[in-house]
Amino acid sequence: MSHLAPLILVLPLVGFMLVLVNGRSLSNRLVGLIATSVVGLSFVASCASFVLLLHDRSREVTVNLFTWISVDTLHVPAAILIDPLSITMCLFVTGISTLIHWYSTAYMEGEKDFRKFFLYLNLFVFSMLTLVLANNLVLTFVGWEGVGVCSYWLVSFYFDRESAASAGKKAFIYNRIGDIGLLLAMFLLFVHTHTLTYLEIFSSTSLLSPTIATLVVLALLLAATGKSAQIPLFNWLPDAMEGPTPVSALIHAATMVTAGVYLLVRMSPVLALSSSGRLTIAVIGGVTAFVAATIATAQKDIKKVLAFSTVSQIGYMVLAVGVGAYGAALFLMVSHAFFKALLFLGSGSVIHSLGGEQDMRKMGALAKWLPLTFPTFLIGWLTISGVPPFAGFWSKGDVLTNVFAHNKVLWALGVVTAILTAYYMTRLFVLTFRGTERFREVTHQHDPHESPLAMTAPLLILAALSVLGGLLDLPWAHGFSLTHFLAPTFGYVAPLGAQSTGLQTGLALVDVAAAVIGLFAAFSIWRSTVESPTFEKPFFEHVWHWDDAYDTVLGRPLEHLAQVSNDVVENRVIDAAVEGLAGSVQRSGEGIRKLQAGMVRQYALAMVLGVTVVVVYLVGRVG
Amino acid sequence: MFATAYAIPDVLVFAAAALCILGGALGVIAMKNPVHSALSLILCLLGVAVAFLEQNADFLAAVEVIVYAGAIVVLFLFVIMFLGVDTSKHPHVEPLVGQRWLAALGVVVTVAGVITLMVNSHWVSGVMSTSTGGTALATGADNVTQLGDSVFTTYLLAFEATAGLLIIAVVGAVLLARRERTADVDEIEVTDIEIEVGEDEGQWWIINQESSEEVES
Amino acid sequence: MTIPASWFLVLAALLFGVGAFGVLTRRSALIMFMCIELMLNAVNLTFVTFARTLSDIGGQTTVFFIMVVAAAEVTVGLGIVVAVFRRRESTSVDDLSELQG
Repeated sequence: MSHLAPLILVLPLVGFMLVLVNGRSLSNRLVGLIATSVVGLSFVASCASFVLLLHDRSREVTVNLFTWISVDTLHVPAAILIDPLSITMCLFVTGISTLIHWYSTAYMEGEKDFRKFFLYLNLFVFSMLTLVLANNLVLTFVGWEGVGVCSYWLVSFYFDRESAASAGKKAFIYNRIGDIGLLLAMFLLFVHTHTLTYLEIFSSTSLLSPTIATLVVLALLLAATGKSAQIPLFNWLPDAMEGPTPVSALIHAATMVTAGVYLLVRMSPVLALSSSGRLTIAVIGGVTAFVAATIATAQKDIKKVLAFSTVSQIGYMVLAVGVGAYGAALFLMVSHAFFKALLFLGSGSVIHSLGGEQDMRKMGALAKWLPLTFPTFLIGWLTISGVPPFAGFWSKGDVLTNVFAHNKVLWALGVVTAILTAYYMTRLFVLTFRGTERFREVTHQHDPHESPLAMTAPLLILAALSVLGGLLDLPWAHGFSLTHFLAPTFGYVAPLGAQSTGLQTGLALVDVAAAVIGLFAAFSIWRSTVESPTFEKPFFEHVWHWDDAYDTVLGRPLEHLAQVSNDVVENRVIDAAVEGLAGSVQRSGEGIRKLQAGMVRQYALAMVLGVTVVVVYLVGRVG
Repeated sequence: MFATAYAIPDVLVFAAAALCILGGALGVIAMKNPVHSALSLILCLLGVAVAFLEQNADFLAAVEVIVYAGAIVVLFLFVIMFLGVDTSKHPHVEPLVGQRWLAALGVVVTVAGVITLMVNSHWVSGVMSTSTGGTALATGADNVTQLGDSVFTTYLLAFEATAGLLIIAVVGAVLLARRERTADVDEIEVTDIEIEVGEDEGQWWIINQESSEEVES
Repeated sequence: MTIPASWFLVLAALLFGVGAFGVLTRRSALIMFMCIELMLNAVNLTFVTFARTLSDIGGQTTVFFIMVVAAAEVTVGLGIVVAVFRRRESTSVDDLSELQG
C-alpha cells in the first residue's frame, strides 16, 4: 500500500511532465494517449488500493512522502491518507477523468492548443488528487489552489475571446475569496489545536470551544461556497461554461466543484461541535438548490442549463452535509458525477455535431441524427430527474429522506427543487432532441453527424454507471452500502435509525410524484413552443440579477476607488513625494552651485572667513 | 619711557625695521602701478632683513636680501616688463559685492584674535625645543656654522628634497613659458569644395573637400 | 635687554594681515603674488623670532627652506601667469572664471 498510494498521486504528474518536456516532438495522438493512459493507470492503482484497504483492519493508512514544513511547533508532512473517504473520491475522480480524457482526444482534435489542453488536464487531476489524498489541511490547500489555477487556465482556454478570458478571471477571483475562508479555518485550528493534520485535529476536538468551532465551520463554509459554487459565490460557474465542454464536464460537474463538499465532509468531526454552523450550511445548501433550479428553467444555452443544474445538485449535497447525512451527500456526489458528466459529454456531442451551436432554440429533433448520443442522454435525463430505478432516484431520495428527519422546511424546499429539476431537464431534452428541426441554418443545410467512438464510448460507460449507480447505496442493503463503508470517517451521524419503512416508502413516492409532475409540465409546455412562455420571468434568466447586484455593491465602488487611488494617491501623493524629493535635491544643488562663481578671490575670502571663525572660537575658549 | 628697560639702539633699529616693513607692505597693496608695488616690496623685504639681523639670524638676513629682494622681486619686475602690465585702471571699483568689507573684517578679526591668543599664552608657542637644549643662539659666523650644521645634518632630507624641488621648478618654468611652435602651412590646393547652406541659422559646412597637400602641424 | 619677542610677533601678525588683505582685494595676478610673498615673510619673521626665544636653530632652518620653496613657487607661478596672460590682454584674475559651477 505504501508504494501503491503515492503512485495514484504521482502518475498524472508524470504524464504532465512528459508532455511538458517532449510536447513539441510528440504527435497529437501520442499526447492524448499518454495523458489518458496515466490517468487510467492512476485509476487502476486506486482500485488496487481500494482492495487493499478493504483488507486492512484499521481502514486508515498514512503514507509519509517527505517532511515538508517543520518549524517550531508547526509540523506539516507531505503525507497521504488512505481511508474510505479519500479512496472513494480517488476512484470516481480518476475514473471519470480517464473517460473524459478519452473523450477529449476526439473532441479537441484539430485544436491548435491540443497539447496545452492535456497538460492542464493532467495537472488538474494531479491537483485534485493532492487535495483528496492529503492527510493535512496545508497539503489539501495546495491541491485546492492547484485546481483553482487549472480551472482558470482551462476556462480561459480560448483566451483570445474576451468573454472566455474574463470568465477565467471571474472563476479564479471567486475561488480566491473563498480561499480566505480556508485560511482562516486553518489559522483558527492551528491556534487552538496546534496541529493541522486531520487525524490529530479529530482527536483533539475537545480543545475547541463551541464558538471557535462555529467560526471554523463558517470559515470552511465560505471556502466551500467559493469552490463549489454556492450562494453567495456561485455566479462564476455559469460563466465558466466558456471553457471547452470536456472541461465543464470534468471540472465543473464531477470533480472540482465537489471539493468544497469533500472538505466539509472531511472536517465532519469539527462540524459535529457546532449545530448553528451546520444549520447555516444546510440553509445555504437548500436555498442555493432552489435558486439555481429556478434560474435553470429560463436559460437558452444548453451548457448554462447544465451549469445551474450542477449548482443546484451541489446545493443538495451541501444540504445533506448540513443535516449530518454525510453518507447521503457522498452518494449523491458519486452518482451526480456519473450523470452530470454524462449530460455534459452528451451535450458536447450535440454541440460538436452542430458545429458549435449551443443555443437550444436552434436545435431540435436531433434524436434521429444522433443514434448513440440520444439514448445515453435519455438515460442521463431520467436519472437526474429522479425517475426510478436510475441512480438519481436513489441518491436524491437518500438525501431528502435524511433532510426530512431534521428539518421539514428544508425538505419541502428540496421537493420543490426536485420538481423544478425534472421540469428544466425535460425542457432541455425536448428542445434538443424532440420537436421540429431548427438547426438547418446553423449547419448550412447539412445533416448533423454522430460523434466518433472516442466520444460515444465514454457516454455509454457513463450511461451504464448511471443505471447501476443506485446499487452503491440501496436503503435496505446495510452491509454493503457506501454509507456503511464510509461511516468510520465521519464524526457524527444523524439519528436516522428511527424512520420506519412506511415513512421511507411514503417519501420515496413523494419524490417520484415530484419527478412526474415536472416531466409532464415541461412536456406539455415545450413540445410546441420554443420561445419563453409568459409566466417565465426574465428575473430568472438574469440569474436573479445577482451579477448586477455584485457589480453595483462591490464592483463599481471598487473601480471608483481604484480610479481615485490612481488619480489622487498615485499622481499627487506618491509621484509628488518622489519627484518632490528629487526636485528639491536638484533645486538645492542649483542653489549651492551658485557659490562656485569661479572667482579666486571669492574662494580666498571664504578661506579667510573660515580662519576667522576658527580663531574667534579659540579666543572664546582660551581667552 | 621704556627706553630705560631696553637699549635705545635696539629700539631704534626695531622702529626703523617696523616702519620699513609696514610701509612697504601698505605700499604693495595700495600702489596702482605694479612697478611701484614691486619697489615697495623690496623696501618691505629689506625691513625684514634688518629684523632678522636683530635676532641673530645673520645668514638669513643675507639670504633674504640676495634671494628674496635680489632674485624674486627682480623676477617679478621681469615679468611685469615682459607682459607690459599697465597701471590698473579702475582700482576703486570692486566688482565682487562686499569683498572689501568682508576682507577687512576677516583680516582684522583674525589678526586681533591671533594677537590675543599670543598674549594669553604669554608669547610662547608651547613647543619646547629638544635639539639645542637651551643653549643660546650663536651670533656672527657661528650662526652660519650652526645653521649649516642644522641643515646638513638634522634636516638633510629636507635639503635634498628642496634641491629636487628647485630642479622641478626650473623645468616647469621653462615648459610653461615656452612659446608654441606655429605651424608651417603649405599651400593647400583645393580642388573641390561643396558647400551646403544649412537651414538652421545660416550655418554652412564643407561636404566634400579634396586637398593635394597635407598640412603640417 | 633685547627687544622682546612679543613686538616682533605683533609686527609679523600685522604684516600677515596686510598681505592677506592684499590678496583678497587686488585684482592683478602679479600684485596678488607679491602679497603672498608678504605673508610668507611674516611667517619667516615669526619663525626667526621663535628660534631666538626657544633657542632652537630649527626655526632658522625652517626659514631657510621656506625661502627656497618660495623661490621655486614664484618661478613656477610666474611661469603660469605668463602662459595664461599671454593669451589675454588683462592680468585681472576676475576674468579667469571658467571653472564656475
